[in-house]
Amino acid sequence: MFGTSEMEINLGPQHPSTHGVLRVKLSLDGERILDAKPIIGYLHRGCEKLGESRAFPQAIVYTDRMDYVAAVNENIVYVEAVERLLGVEVPPRAQYMRVILSEFQRIASHLVWLATHALDLGAMSVFLYCFREREQILDLFEGYCGARLTTNAVRIGGMYEDFPEGWVEEARRFLEILPARLDEYHKLLTKNRIWLERTREVGVIAGDVALDYGVTGPCLRASGVAYDSRKAIPYAAYREFEFDIPLGTRGDTYDRYLVRMEEMRQSRRIILQALDRLPDGEIRGKTPRRIRPPKGEVYHVNEGPRGELGVYLVSDGTDNAYRCRFRSPCFVNLQALPELCRGHLVADVVAVIGTLDIVLGCIDR
Amino acid sequence: MDETKPESPAPESAPKPVPPRKGEADEAALRAPVPSRSLDRLRQALPEAVQEVVFHCGVPIVRVDPERIVEVGHFLKEDAQCRMTLLSDLCGLDLSRLGRPEPRFDVVYQLFSPDQGERLMLKAAVAEGAEIQSVSGVWRTANWHEREAFDMFGIRFAGHPDLRRILMPEEYDAHPLRKDFPLEGRERDHGNWRRPDDERRNVRVR
Amino acid sequence: MSETVLKSVVVPALQIALVVAVLLGCVAYLVLLERKIIAFMQVRLGPRRVGPHGLLQPVADILKLLLKEDILPARADRLVFYLAPVILLLPALVAFAVIPFSGTPVRVLGVEVRPWITDINVGVLFLLAISSLGVYGIVMAGWASNSKYPLLGALRSAAQMVSYEIPLGLSVISILMLAQTASLVGIVRAQAEDGSWFLFWMPYPQIVGLFLYFVSAIAETNRAPFDLPEAETELVAGFHTEYSGMKFAFFFLAEYANMILVACIVTVLFLGGWLPITLGIPGLRGALSNLLPFWGDAGAALTGLLWFGIKVLVVLYLYLWIRATFPRYRYDQLMRLGWKWLIPLGLAHLVVTGIVLLAAH
Repeated sequence: MFGTSEMEINLGPQHPSTHGVLRVKLSLDGERILDAKPIIGYLHRGCEKLGESRAFPQAIVYTDRMDYVAAVNENIVYVEAVERLLGVEVPPRAQYMRVILSEFQRIASHLVWLATHALDLGAMSVFLYCFREREQILDLFEGYCGARLTTNAVRIGGMYEDFPEGWVEEARRFLEILPARLDEYHKLLTKNRIWLERTREVGVIAGDVALDYGVTGPCLRASGVAYDSRKAIPYAAYREFEFDIPLGTRGDTYDRYLVRMEEMRQSRRIILQALDRLPDGEIRGKTPRRIRPPKGEVYHVNEGPRGELGVYLVSDGTDNAYRCRFRSPCFVNLQALPELCRGHLVADVVAVIGTLDIVLGCIDR
Repeated sequence: MDETKPESPAPESAPKPVPPRKGEADEAALRAPVPSRSLDRLRQALPEAVQEVVFHCGVPIVRVDPERIVEVGHFLKEDAQCRMTLLSDLCGLDLSRLGRPEPRFDVVYQLFSPDQGERLMLKAAVAEGAEIQSVSGVWRTANWHEREAFDMFGIRFAGHPDLRRILMPEEYDAHPLRKDFPLEGRERDHGNWRRPDDERRNVRVR
Repeated sequence: MSETVLKSVVVPALQIALVVAVLLGCVAYLVLLERKIIAFMQVRLGPRRVGPHGLLQPVADILKLLLKEDILPARADRLVFYLAPVILLLPALVAFAVIPFSGTPVRVLGVEVRPWITDINVGVLFLLAISSLGVYGIVMAGWASNSKYPLLGALRSAAQMVSYEIPLGLSVISILMLAQTASLVGIVRAQAEDGSWFLFWMPYPQIVGLFLYFVSAIAETNRAPFDLPEAETELVAGFHTEYSGMKFAFFFLAEYANMILVACIVTVLFLGGWLPITLGIPGLRGALSNLLPFWGDAGAALTGLLWFGIKVLVVLYLYLWIRATFPRYRYDQLMRLGWKWLIPLGLAHLVVTGIVLLAAH
């Protein structure tokens, strides 16, 4: 006489915690999730087609706007791909500068992740504290390249400008206060009973399943797979720095939280080493006036804050790329959403989306 | 970008290859072959599947027989010496403006082995309107990538569990990344930005 | 006018009007206080443009809410939709009828005015009963909105509130045992006689009781960390998603009025009501009971009100502090906490209190 039926509910595209225009179609049995289908494409701007219609140096600005929270990393992966096609050597000072900016961007991105993740789960104050630190990093970026978010900081062959006077000291000052602030976040969240209950055993994914789904970055490392492009296929100057890759064991939301927190510390370690050993010299290698790589193709990867950023460039010998494909880590990570949500409750969808750390600009390009 | 030119014709001996001018690409270096254990294993195990091998920027680019792509994929993933467990990327490529109108498309697979640290690029040719086997049974990550290739190019994947558009709206009828699709989009997609009395205005009623 | 009419109609009517007016004013400024305090905890400043230090912000908020468009969702049950906020707000206001704000009656124009509207001998029961009525308002709101999110939010909220009534009641029973009366005035007088607030009652201070009551009350009032039913980031805004304008304002008022009510009850039951804060120093009580001795009874009444107010503010600050600090409980964890942890704790506390009382006699 009384039956039960599934309820279909839409999360988004306008929703405070979907981190962008993401729509998730949830099939619920009461509070339990039977299926969670992400629907994307609301922010698709045709970056790949635009990359084909602009000269190589011009297309760098599009990379800023794809993953707008990891702009420097996107810039660097594209520029390094072009440099590989050209066979251009980047001078060591420029390499170090790229590493420094890259790691600052990683810290800034992880701060955004922590802020929004905590806010979604109710810890409002962490949001404000993280953004206080992020302001300082954004000030550093503004001091270097004039923009806080869409940095466009690198050029083909090196960097476009050296660090302004006082920048390095400012960076060191920030790095000095960072550990204390990270400890503050730990105090607020790591042993907090409510935080543990919301994140332990939520969104568990095994290491080999994650790799099969193509998941990379902290999400993969929290499941125990030690794959980090900075160590596996070192680019820029990462070969010369000592740092650890935090690994998790259970692959749940809590482990991903711990992995990212530790990554912030390791980033600080890398930056300090780079600042200490920053070589002198020119910041731009010898590049041809007109960037026209010979015919060929390359696939270059980078370790972005969210995972493996990839660029597949096909050059036909002209000024523009023939094919400019961006491999987006969030696109691939989001594919695992149904796997992570199945069997959990509705309130966990928000936690899982937060822990995947998605940026819709990166997903939709 | 021109090929390296010989400085002047030497009278009897063959012209010496001249190193590239400063700042220009050394094409020979870019195309130099690199040792690749996975490639060797692949050639050993499935020699008929491998159609052509070139190298560029230190990565082997292997053109495989599209009929056997699933077999190749399985082999590369499972073989103990290849262990290409990460399908980093899968994308389409429209070669109509690159001098190969038929078969028009290439599906490009970027493989990586986190254990061995080796990279491989596979290519499989697909004609317009034809189908290629889906590798979503080999690597689950191929699912969305293939949907995007279908969405952007119109490449159909046989055996795909859910082949529908992913970035464009579901009922869209063109494939934007094809070379004959204009960058600015088609007139009829531009909606209502014309004035109400302009006859060129389109009202799309869904 | 005859004395009885004066005593039983006019004076209470005036008292009610005064309490409601002051209460609504307090609620409005509690919203501002919350925004300011949470802002300061979050390294920012909060409202500061409307009036000096944002003091006119509540006026701006009320004006805005009054002038907003009144939206009725399609196919919503109209009567229930309009009735729900009222049913939520009224119990919160009515419960203030039994709260004693101070201790000493005052003679005003020849009439004795007591600093409470009424003091029934089942005051505590009355409070528990009245505050349970709020659940109806929430369920009506969720149902009448004819929309999935409010429905889910309302059902969760109702279940949550019903579950946490039990530990609430258990902690209150211990107080009843200590005070030997259910009248709120009687409870404070019992604390006066005992010489210490029930919180510090020897040999078994009612700290567990206070903890139980406060946590259950946070769950009852749908505040963080138990605010899942109305959390923005979870299900949009839960049961009041579809409400706008003045009806939404009613929900807000009801929530904050409930907060103040809880603070008042905690003060009366555990913190000694209008008794002065003497920090245990003997002999200080008399001096601090009346800081305005030249006004006699009126001075005592006002002083009692002052101490009452300070304690209420401390409890409210605790509410806000907890909101700014903790993440939010998921719904099933919330229910598990209430049923599996707080109820056994409440029963144990009850038993211990009973044993101590028996042993003391």
